[in-house]
Amino acid sequence: MNFAAPQTQSAPRRASNSAAHEGSPAPALDPRDDLPNHIPALRAFAVSLTRNPTEADDLVQETIMKAWSNFDKFTPGTELKAWLFTILRNTFFSSKRKTKREVSDPEGVHAGALFEKPQHDGKLAMNEFMRAFDQLSAEHREVLILVGANGYSYQEAADMMSVAAGTAKSRASRARARLCELLGLAEGEGIVAEQTGATLAVLGRSGQQR
Amino acid sequence: MSDRQMTTERKPQAKLRQDIDENLKRVFDDALEDEIPDRFKQLLAELKAKEAKK
Repeated sequence: MNFAAPQTQSAPRRASNSAAHEGSPAPALDPRDDLPNHIPALRAFAVSLTRNPTEADDLVQETIMKAWSNFDKFTPGTELKAWLFTILRNTFFSSKRKTKREVSDPEGVHAGALFEKPQHDGKLAMNEFMRAFDQLSAEHREVLILVGANGYSYQEAADMMSVAAGTAKSRASRARARLCELLGLAEGEGIVAEQTGATLAVLGRSGQQR
Repeated sequence: MSDRQMTTERKPQAKLRQDIDENLKRVFDDALEDEIPDRFKQLLAELKAKEAKK
């Protein structure tokens, strides 16, 4: 398993009380104390990969335990969240390979109205979007969560996925293209429309394909 | 067909990419609001207790 932290220069959000650790040249929050701050992100990432809340939390639990026993391999000053994400995705993909099990719910955790919230700004039909997202392959979901949702660079995402930066980039663009296809969008059509009616009209198309 | 390729120029594609990322961020950030389940608080407490014994 690769526990190497991505060589990222992006400054992690650090708690300002890190000065308490005196004597260390690069005062940083002890990763053991910082870890709890990243559990929500780990859970969100795990749900995106497993598409199943129970499996997701099992994956997070495994990730926490692995991280805890490997903190000596964590490079202080690098981003803890990226390191934890790496452990989580490695755990997910290696257990997926081992069991050859496809993830339980083919429709995904977002099928149904789980994520349907009333949107008063009229900008989103999140439900449709997530349903399409859940139909992507795990690799495509992964790269979109890393690059799209978390704002990692292709290089950073590539480091986490143990692939070349070019691979991460082309994977992301294929993932986006596939997502548009699933949403029934032609390239260039907006999915965040200015008005509710327009959004629903655009997103409604994917529903008609069923 | 080639018509469609003509329209997939940078601008609309960049806009679409931005829109997708915006949606992804929103979903991800929504999930961050969920409260941490007790099982993880317990797990961390246990790990810390073990650490302290060392």
